[in-house]
Amino acid sequence: MSVFNQSRSRVIQIIIGAVFIVITFQLINLQIFSSKYKLAAENNAIYRKIVYPDRGIIFDRKKRALLENTISFDLIVTPSESKGTDTFALCSILNIDTAEYKKRMRDAIFKNTRVKPSVFEPLLNAELFAKLTENMYKFPGFVLNERSVRTYPYNTAAQLLGYIAEVDTAFLRKNHQFGYEMGDYAGMSGLEKTYESILMGERGIQRFIRDNKSRIQGPYENGLFDTIPVAGRNLFTSIDVEVQQLAELLLQNKIGSAVAINPRTGGIIAMVSSPTYNPNVLTGNARRKNWGRMVMDTAKPMYNRAIKGQYPPGSTFKPLGALVALDEGLITPSYGVGCGGGYGACGGVYVRCEHHNPGHAANLRLALANSCNAYFSDVFRKALDNKKYGNTNQGYLKWKEYMNAFGLGRRLEVDLPSEDKANIPDTSVYNKFFGGARRWNSCSVLTLGIGQDKMTATPLQMANIMCIIANKGFYFPPHFVDSIEHEQVEDSSFMNKYRSKHTVTNISDSDYQAVHDGMHDVTIYGTAAHIKIPGIEYCAKTGTAQNPHGKNHSLFVAFAPKNNPRIAVAVVVENGGYGSVAAGPIAGLIIEKYLNDTISTVGKATIERVSNMNLIPEAIKNWYTRKDAERAARLAKLALEEASEKNNDAVEPNQKSNTEPLLEPGSKPVEGKDTATKIKLNTALLLGNEKRKKIRDLKP
Amino acid sequence: MNKQKNISHGVDLTVIWLYAILVLIGLICIFMVEYRGTGDWLSTFLNGRSSYSKQLFFAGFCAFIATFIILTDSKIFTAFANLLYAFGILLMIATFVIGKNINGSKSWIPLGGGFNLQPVEICKIFTALALAKFLSRQETDFTKFKSQAIAVIITLFPAVISVLQHESGMALVYFSFFLVMFREGLSPIVLIIGFSFVALIISTLLVEPDTLAILLSAVALIFIYLYRKSIKKKKGLLYLILFIWFTCVGIQRFAVPFIFNNVLECYQSARVYSAFGKDYDCAENKRSAKKSSKAPRKPDDYNVRQSKIAIGSGGFLGQGFLKGTQTRGKYVPEQRTDFIFTSLGEAFGFVGCFAFLLIYLFLLFRLIHIAERQRSTFSRVYAYSVVSILFFHIAFNICMTIGLFPSPGITLPFISYGGSSLLSFTILIFILLRLDADRQMVLR
Repeated sequence: MSVFNQSRSRVIQIIIGAVFIVITFQLINLQIFSSKYKLAAENNAIYRKIVYPDRGIIFDRKKRALLENTISFDLIVTPSESKGTDTFALCSILNIDTAEYKKRMRDAIFKNTRVKPSVFEPLLNAELFAKLTENMYKFPGFVLNERSVRTYPYNTAAQLLGYIAEVDTAFLRKNHQFGYEMGDYAGMSGLEKTYESILMGERGIQRFIRDNKSRIQGPYENGLFDTIPVAGRNLFTSIDVEVQQLAELLLQNKIGSAVAINPRTGGIIAMVSSPTYNPNVLTGNARRKNWGRMVMDTAKPMYNRAIKGQYPPGSTFKPLGALVALDEGLITPSYGVGCGGGYGACGGVYVRCEHHNPGHAANLRLALANSCNAYFSDVFRKALDNKKYGNTNQGYLKWKEYMNAFGLGRRLEVDLPSEDKANIPDTSVYNKFFGGARRWNSCSVLTLGIGQDKMTATPLQMANIMCIIANKGFYFPPHFVDSIEHEQVEDSSFMNKYRSKHTVTNISDSDYQAVHDGMHDVTIYGTAAHIKIPGIEYCAKTGTAQNPHGKNHSLFVAFAPKNNPRIAVAVVVENGGYGSVAAGPIAGLIIEKYLNDTISTVGKATIERVSNMNLIPEAIKNWYTRKDAERAARLAKLALEEASEKNNDAVEPNQKSNTEPLLEPGSKPVEGKDTATKIKLNTALLLGNEKRKKIRDLKP
Repeated sequence: MNKQKNISHGVDLTVIWLYAILVLIGLICIFMVEYRGTGDWLSTFLNGRSSYSKQLFFAGFCAFIATFIILTDSKIFTAFANLLYAFGILLMIATFVIGKNINGSKSWIPLGGGFNLQPVEICKIFTALALAKFLSRQETDFTKFKSQAIAVIITLFPAVISVLQHESGMALVYFSFFLVMFREGLSPIVLIIGFSFVALIISTLLVEPDTLAILLSAVALIFIYLYRKSIKKKKGLLYLILFIWFTCVGIQRFAVPFIFNNVLECYQSARVYSAFGKDYDCAENKRSAKKSSKAPRKPDDYNVRQSKIAIGSGGFLGQGFLKGTQTRGKYVPEQRTDFIFTSLGEAFGFVGCFAFLLIYLFLLFRLIHIAERQRSTFSRVYAYSVVSILFFHIAFNICMTIGLFPSPGITLPFISYGGSSLLSFTILIFILLRLDADRQMVLR
């Protein structure tokens, strides 16, 4: 029998051999030709942890930190690994519902694919962090990742410093060469944005081996492939925190702006745009809550009026008009006009003057000190109708050339994003407006001579003009950052434009001196005579810009001290009336604070008076009142619902319901029918201090 | 094991060396799965707490048993074959009463001291002996259908019990005895039909049902066309072709869905489907639906995917000893038992795997060689049983880890962690060596 079937031994051997060959082929396929298994293995076992570097710190001129870093934690999820997560527990810790959980998961997958980690809940507060760390074992696929978050110890300069926020897809597309990833934070405005590349530092990546439960087993290859985070570099600015805070205080409850520049370096000492906001409300988790409200605010707290606000410069423009005429040889400092209360040489257009006593414009000094409209209208016409240039159009172009040289109608390239260039209109604008080049003359645009008409300037430009006048003909482009820590070649090439002197035409020193004298007289017996700075002689010019929408804007420009100026200031207060009323004292106090480092007793009284001045236009006040009322109504409705719920639920009147976030923790729930008092209580509780005060102010 | 060299004459040393090498490889593999680089590795080997340490004790125990078997008289195996078979069946039935549930199959008998015995493992030996005994009887004429039927019953009876214990993987191994029966004269038709059936099931999974029906019809038509002259002479051939075609279509249209939906559990069907890259919808599974009213959870092919990843990450030369990230991260479930091949594949790559397969292949061919040199039917049948059992274990286990076969839960001989498994293979091999050593003595 065995002999009969001997050949079948061969068959069995062939079967065995065949199976082994099949196995070998599959092994070749898996181990040699499929790279996806190797990748999958790495995805499985290697955990890439991004180590965020500390962002650079921004210091003021006395090395005080305007912002600092604190540690916060993000909850990060890798959707492909989150299978088996105790969703219910996670949701109850984060206080979200399952629908929200699913939505965030979908977003994470959409934004960052299934296998890459995404931020699930950013910037956890301390309580949440503690709860989560205790329970992390229930949430496979979730990790806590630390990151540094900004805090602002001085609560100041919000618009200048800007804010950081999580990058979005548009940002990633635009900055793909810098290696940002979803979940990274980047500067979105202010200095944070301009100096992003310096502040961000370099992220480090650590690789760990982890097991099937995502527990870290140890470094991968002993950290051979790890990169160490490089901290962002610090910025040293010319900002003076105390001056900045003072200026913010003075401008509170007003709409306006103040800029102070050191004319010797172009370094900006203070820049305020009011209303401003507390920078701490846009950091960490608070950002999500406050962002929408800030964007919707009709007074635009995030709008930097110092570089974006376009105001007619009004009388503050007059020194420029004088300089142009002096340089062109059209007038001498002793030139005078007889003004009887206005300028009537143009017939149809009559420019009124605040003064009508004879001799108030007998020479340039007097005209500047008294801010004579007639005088400067006359001077402006002389410049435009200059015989040298043939016709008004050419004369205007020459005048515009001067304006641009002084930094008007163009960007000063300050180191903040989205600076506006304001407006010195081109001839084409007027040609169009009047219907042809020959249909307008110096009379048609007469009010340009007193800083009105279509001319506008930003407060920064006004302050920069003061620098030029103070320096008698040159300036450094205004900027915040004086130096960068460990400055490198490419930083220097960026910074060089702020360090090189820009000369403005070749107006002679004597011309400047004439203007200096006039501006000094403004503070002695002129329009700003009542604004004194103890121990300091200074030069200034008031301005009152006509505002077609309401009360005149109050403007004030100055530099001090008169000899060897160290600070140039421009202040604009919207609807502030005369320049010397609202803007003047603010500028004076800024100069006093900067030069004297203290404020005199008289000054303190002025601070008190000016800071309490409320110049917010009625329209905006009304908007706030309406918003507050709407909120109060919403709260009242909630409270009513809650009360009715309680009435229904008579058996357990003390039961706390979920719709009760209106009460402060610990306060006793109000019983049953007494809803009226409760509404009142709740409304008051939810409004911030300022708002409450505002409401009180509004009540007759 | 050196002792046996002096004591016993004629024992095949090649097989003993191969056995020792494989057990050693097994220890290394388990060591790679468990060792985490903390503490002195030698002391962890001896402290008895880690599984490689336990495996070392099992190996020692097996060496003792092996020596014992070598020292016995081969006659007792023939004498006690039927009795042992009965004992094995009894043990298996006993598990229904005193069995312990491990990993969902109630097929273990607790022995105390944390050790458990799986009778179905041991029963393979007894079945092999019983089959050998039956086929070597003087009065057995294996060409008769009756003898063939009895042989099939002997081999498949433990398999049936095993299926009832939810240990279907082990049941599969009992089909390996068909290879033995084939060697002893069973018609190759059985193997061909079996193979065709498997091929038909696989093609049912891979090809759309309607397309497959058309294909089968086309094949049938081609055959009728080719044999048109023979058909004219003999009508029976036409009926045969039509019958085969009808059976195939019937199996493909009705039997296969029936098996997957009504016979197999949901997880089993899903495993089979996933081995061919398909998703099985458990909602169609009647058995799971009957068992629990709630919707059956859809199991995924996580195990096999992780296993393929681990082996694939080994590459050509492997990640190195104790350096496998997947092994260290415990990504492969059941790695020290069913998926032990992955730790080898990841650490030593294709080169290591290929060398390892060559060792197995050499062992199997050596055993076939031994089988063919036997003079007694009993020894030859037993030797072929050993070859077939080992081959089925190796083939199914490795095919499972590399994703060629649904995972049935079969151990890798000599390598997988576990006392029952190692002991049963040791006994299997050494009884054969004992029989082989005595091959000159008698003609049974």
